[in-house]
Amino acid sequence: MNEANDIAVRCRGLKKAYGTGNTKVQALRGIDLEVRAGELMMLVGPSGCGKTTLISVMAGILNQDEGECQVLGRDLNAMSRQELTAFRAVNIGFVFQAFNLLPMLSAKENIAIPLLINKVRRGDAMGQASAMCGLMGLAGRVTSLPPELSGGQQQRVAIARSLVHCPRLIVCDEPTSSLDHDTGRMVMELLRAMALGTGRSLVVVTHDARIFDFADRIARMDDGRIVHVGPPDDPWKGTDT
Amino acid sequence: MLVGDRAKYVGIIVGLTFATLLMTQQAAIFVGLMTRTFGFIADTGLPDIWVMDAKVQFIDDVKPMQDTQLFRVRSVEGVQWAVPLYKGLLKARLENGSFQTCNVVGLDDATLIGGPAMVQGRLEDLRRSQGVIVDDVSASGKLARPPRQPGQASEPLGIGDTLELNDNRAVVVGICHVSRTFQSQPVIYTTYTRATSFAPRERKLLSFVLVKAKPGEDPQRLCQNITRRTGLAAYTQRDFSALTVGYFLESTGIPINFGIVVALGFVIGTVIAGQTFYNFTLDNLRYFGTMKAMGATDAILLRMILLQSLTVGMIGYGLGIGIAALVGTLGSEGELAFILPWQIPVLSALSILLICVASALISIRKVLRMEPAIVFKG
Repeated sequence: MNEANDIAVRCRGLKKAYGTGNTKVQALRGIDLEVRAGELMMLVGPSGCGKTTLISVMAGILNQDEGECQVLGRDLNAMSRQELTAFRAVNIGFVFQAFNLLPMLSAKENIAIPLLINKVRRGDAMGQASAMCGLMGLAGRVTSLPPELSGGQQQRVAIARSLVHCPRLIVCDEPTSSLDHDTGRMVMELLRAMALGTGRSLVVVTHDARIFDFADRIARMDDGRIVHVGPPDDPWKGTDT
Repeated sequence: MLVGDRAKYVGIIVGLTFATLLMTQQAAIFVGLMTRTFGFIADTGLPDIWVMDAKVQFIDDVKPMQDTQLFRVRSVEGVQWAVPLYKGLLKARLENGSFQTCNVVGLDDATLIGGPAMVQGRLEDLRRSQGVIVDDVSASGKLARPPRQPGQASEPLGIGDTLELNDNRAVVVGICHVSRTFQSQPVIYTTYTRATSFAPRERKLLSFVLVKAKPGEDPQRLCQNITRRTGLAAYTQRDFSALTVGYFLESTGIPINFGIVVALGFVIGTVIAGQTFYNFTLDNLRYFGTMKAMGATDAILLRMILLQSLTVGMIGYGLGIGIAALVGTLGSEGELAFILPWQIPVLSALSILLICVASALISIRKVLRMEPAIVFKG
């Protein structure tokens, strides 16, 4: 694999501000970061440091003001809105802090949503979703509605939904913050085992220090900047905190 | 999604049901009332043409003519036959001493043309001395005899019973069925001669001349000939009905009053459905954002919202039209003027469709303008 193929996400000089005038908040102040293919990278840092803004830009759901963000070799800023929507549908999986499962759809139907968005026939989509339920240990809860599932089960459904269409980049926002310690670790084990396939990358935003050891590398952010990137055993190295 | 929020789901359906019910029922009652205005014309089936004073504006606006006008009409080329018709309001004195205004119709003595559908007795019995025929609804309602004992029900007027019409004795010789009139007054049929003898003394008593065109004669052209030759107004049955309805539409507040209620139904439906649907969209913005982040196109989201809106629209419409039809069916046995031609359900359906699309569009704007990045904001 050459270097270009080895990099899933490449950010150069990313800047993003919200608001104008006196209310202007600079969320990203020139971010340089690379996420390698096959890597689980965690973004950590205090609240308001810009983690969520950064993964939003990486996921193609928020435009940066300045700088460049290449995902899977494509410059997101150079794409039209329609191209970006299609790019997300095929290449990016999402896991949210609050799961964001549609409450009136069953586990299987929730998992099938990305396939249906990608115009997979309904019958095939439901078949693949059922198979994914089995892989996630949810075979008995295929027809359950989200409110009938525990937090851990809901997050497993959300992970299955993020993986079912085989995206090459998965972005996760605080995937364990709504879960207890054991369930959180179980979810991360599952996510790591299922998600990190050939060339597939994970970017996980988290505050949860209990799961740092699942990361290949951790990027620490503060005040809109990356202050340190390193292995999980020493995430604070190089900082003055 | 909407099904998951039962309160809003039911709220929108109730709103659309209510809107459909108001629009459909009021429109059907309006059509029913308008139909009643020319019910008497429709019941008088045999003649092709109605001839009357040129100033007549509608069926109950009788401007009497001299009897000689009958002969002038008969002399017009193309007329196969022409018979006189008396129509006037006379007071009937009931057995209990009270008075009831009645629509008295005098038919040509010889032919009895224009006679009603009989329920009891025969039309020819009108030739019996003092004979009158009374409509069935009035016979058991406004003209019914008082109960023999206090607390008992009043007894329907029957053959052999008597009435006092303008101080003249009249004997019931038959019971007929007629279309309900606009004023819902009792209808009493008798012969032309007897009707004019019941009526107050006037120089002119001929209300209408009923005309049959010769075979092959164009009724419209015959109307023009009659008018040219006699100076009287002549209308085909259809045109006279249209003239009557037109008078009520233009000269009374009925269309405006019903129009306001129908418009109110539309506005209420739009406001309830639009507001509830918009709130539903706001409540579910997180899920729409999730779909958008996952790559759902604007077209997919548009279809999702429209489908939900149209689904509740169809359910609400079905319930509304069902309730309206049920109320109409049950009420049509009594005084309710309710006629539901196919055009009303179609127009109601289009109105509900408009409400649903408008509600969906208000919501869709919010969803389409939303940044998918909101999904990461907790």
